[in-house]
Amino acid sequence: MLALILLLALATPFLPLQDPNATATAERFARPLSPDHLLGTDHLGRDLLARLVHGTRLSLAMGLAAALLAAVLGSILGIVAGFLGGRADNLIMRGIDMLMGFPYVLLALAIVAALGPGLVNALIAVAAVNMPFFARNIRGVTVALAGREFVDAARLSGMGNLRIMAVEILPNVLPVIVIALTTTTGWMILETAGLSFLGLGSQPPQADLGSMLGEARAALISHPHVAVVPGVMIFLVVMSINLFGDGVRDALDPRLGAGAPTRPLPATVVDRTGPPPPSQAGHGALLAIDDLRTEFRIGRRVLPAAGGVSLSLGRGEALGLVGESGSGKSVTALSVMRLVASPPGVIAGGTVRLDDTEVLDAPLRILRGLRGRRVAYVFQDPQGTLHPLYRIGEQLTEAIRAHQPMSLQAARARAIELLRDVRMPRPEDRIDDYPHQLSGGQRQRVGIAMALANDPDVIMADEPTTALDVTVQAQILALLDQLRRERGLAILFITHDFGVVAQLCERLAVMYAGRIVEEGPTAEVLAAPAHPYTRRLIACVPAPGAGRRRLETIPGLPPPLDALPPGCAFAPRCHRARPACSDGEVVLRRTGMRAVRCLYPEAAA
Amino acid sequence: MGGYILRRLIAAVPVLLGITVIVFLVMSLIPGDPATAILGAYATPENVEKLNRDLGLDRPMVERYVIWLGNMLQGDFGRSFSRNRPVIDEVAERFSATLVLAGTSFVLCAFFGIIAGVISAVRQYGFADRLITFAVLVGISVPPFFLGMIMILVFAVHLRWLPVSGMYAIYGGGDLADLLRHLVMPALALAAVAAGVVARLARSAMLEVLRQDHIRTARAKGLPERRVILGHALRSAMVSIIPVLGLQAGFVLSGAVYIETVFQWPGVGRMLVDAILTRDLMLVQGGVVLVAAAYVLFNIAVDVAQALLDPRIKT
Ligand code: SF4
Repeated sequence: MLALILLLALATPFLPLQDPNATATAERFARPLSPDHLLGTDHLGRDLLARLVHGTRLSLAMGLAAALLAAVLGSILGIVAGFLGGRADNLIMRGIDMLMGFPYVLLALAIVAALGPGLVNALIAVAAVNMPFFARNIRGVTVALAGREFVDAARLSGMGNLRIMAVEILPNVLPVIVIALTTTTGWMILETAGLSFLGLGSQPPQADLGSMLGEARAALISHPHVAVVPGVMIFLVVMSINLFGDGVRDALDPRLGAGAPTRPLPATVVDRTGPPPPSQAGHGALLAIDDLRTEFRIGRRVLPAAGGVSLSLGRGEALGLVGESGSGKSVTALSVMRLVASPPGVIAGGTVRLDDTEVLDAPLRILRGLRGRRVAYVFQDPQGTLHPLYRIGEQLTEAIRAHQPMSLQAARARAIELLRDVRMPRPEDRIDDYPHQLSGGQRQRVGIAMALANDPDVIMADEPTTALDVTVQAQILALLDQLRRERGLAILFITHDFGVVAQLCERLAVMYAGRIVEEGPTAEVLAAPAHPYTRRLIACVPAPGAGRRRLETIPGLPPPLDALPPGCAFAPRCHRARPACSDGEVVLRRTGMRAVRCLYPEAAA
Repeated sequence: MGGYILRRLIAAVPVLLGITVIVFLVMSLIPGDPATAILGAYATPENVEKLNRDLGLDRPMVERYVIWLGNMLQGDFGRSFSRNRPVIDEVAERFSATLVLAGTSFVLCAFFGIIAGVISAVRQYGFADRLITFAVLVGISVPPFFLGMIMILVFAVHLRWLPVSGMYAIYGGGDLADLLRHLVMPALALAAVAAGVVARLARSAMLEVLRQDHIRTARAKGLPERRVILGHALRSAMVSIIPVLGLQAGFVLSGAVYIETVFQWPGVGRMLVDAILTRDLMLVQGGVVLVAAAYVLFNIAVDVAQALLDPRIKT
């Protein structure tokens, strides 16, 4: 489309058109499709098609010239300001700010007023008005560049400022200039056309699309086609330029284009194939996760973050779920209430049962009733997980009232009570604070208070202490433990820290590459880990009080989830690996309370 | 908060001064002799000289600027020779008409822009999103003056629903209902572009916010989805939407120049264009300064709104 219009504009002089300025009063306002005039004629009987083509050419030329002028001037100012910094920068940017303080067209009007109406003057006005936009953008990029090594290197090699700006900076800011240019050209064509429309741009008999529209306004009601023809043309030109601009921007700046952020749906998509697996935990478990398969589908890639996880949690029980980051422990916990960001997350298989009732296929309304009321979450980073613009009191009462209809006052009283329960000092004062006014530990207490708001049965604590410093960590852990004993809460405690697990949980499960590799009573597993991975992981933890003992690290990295090795996923890093390990699926074998997914478990097991 | 507003007002003083300087400089770009311009080509030299002295044009530039500024501070913006009345009266009258139009448009563009952006984000890549994205592209590509003309053709001429132009009916009009009937089309035509820009931004701001952890927290609390979107996500997104609304006010005010011409709305934009065409420079000068000053004040209001919304901003 754009190409077509450009071609048309370029080819204009060679086309067999009638003279755009030849008047023929006898043929005034001929309708479109009349024999001599394809698009009809205007109030002076001039051929509209010819005028349209010439007008388009003129409008395009004006818009592009204005855009280029603005880009060149703006870029020079921007680069100079950004590169020199200091006083020059200050002076230039102050001036730019002033210019931007005007409502757009007002400044253009003032300039036209001073210079007098006319095509060139309109062009200058539009360019001047748009120049600050370029200057600002380019300055921003230049400032970032000016501090980079290659600029320093150029300076040391004795290059003058002018040369550095031209040789080192300019090529690097060029993409930004091009983006700004393509995204604003359409706008500038509109503006120059606008000034012409007002009678301040091109003067008769010369006509661009804007002045054609302006002249047609007088006869708008009796002869609308005279206005519609140039109007549609401006629209098409600007729209195709805008589309082109979007395309260029996407190509040069992928962040904004195809890689644009996707927003998560209210609940993770469930797309299960095959029948739900039978529960292994048997009846009576409070929460039973069976063969849970949660994957991330990114383009063609499928990353199985949880590759068949089974876990069960009894009433009042604390289970530690341990693993390195990326092992799938958080995804497992989030899947329970379908909170995994989706897209890209999809629950592709398995079941989650709460009191023997399947929750994954529950309608959103039911699920919402369970979230927070039966299963509550405490997340890792209390800074990001509390809403920054609401007082913590508002966030707490909101959580309460989501499940327990009560008056605001009652909810507020309850919120204060909750804060007291989590040992928040002076809860009556704190309740009207914003999250950013609290310390990290206090924020996490609020997070816990919020999770407790509706007396849930299960709390999913996803690394609740990782972001906190050590003493606060201990306090929060003690608090969670105490609350669990007082209230009979079941806690799924997600962490990478065995020390935390030892303190809090009776049972633990270890995850690696999306699967459980070992499970058992905490004391037994810690004393005699059966899986080589568990053993290595425990060896990584400094014994309490051991000071700065050198940590043993596990050589190698976890495998990428979309390229898991066949058989045991740990095999590439395992010191006990034998060929059989990679032959086929290694199953989780249970013996009594313990389970391990390994062909050659450590001797002690 | 009071102190914050005061400090913002004080900080605006240099900006306002800067604006007067720019206007003054631009106006002194005028080629030729303004007195000749005013009196016409057939003026006698004595008359030109006298007018020059009356206008103070024989003095040095800095002095002229200071005098001009001093007069403005006392509320004297000069006389409009084409209207034959003080500039300030003319501008005040015209500006109130523009405020009605631009104010309505601004509210419309903010309202529809944000709603469209939110829907677009929530239904990302869905039918509604595609529809809105397309509508936005059309909205920001169509010249506002052409849109206005099309609306006149369709709604006033063809369907006869609304009056063609003006602010009040000439006979028997003058009440609020009459004003509203006249206001609908220009306000919508004027809002279209800005609404498109706002919708685009609101969409990307919402997409950005919806990915944040506190949205997951809100969902984990079991809040209804509507509350998550409108209460939590939109509130955060507003932090980045509001500054753009401030910018849009500038666009709306600018677009008013065209729309007032198309709909014969007796606003300040049309006044400026007429003043330029009749070379009534006093009127142009005074009008530009006053409107720009109003815009600066409006932007302070936007900042204050921002500070009220976001407790993290130091006030
Ligand atoms: S199955 Fe083999 S490779 Fe895997 S952990 Fe056990 S010994 Fe190591």
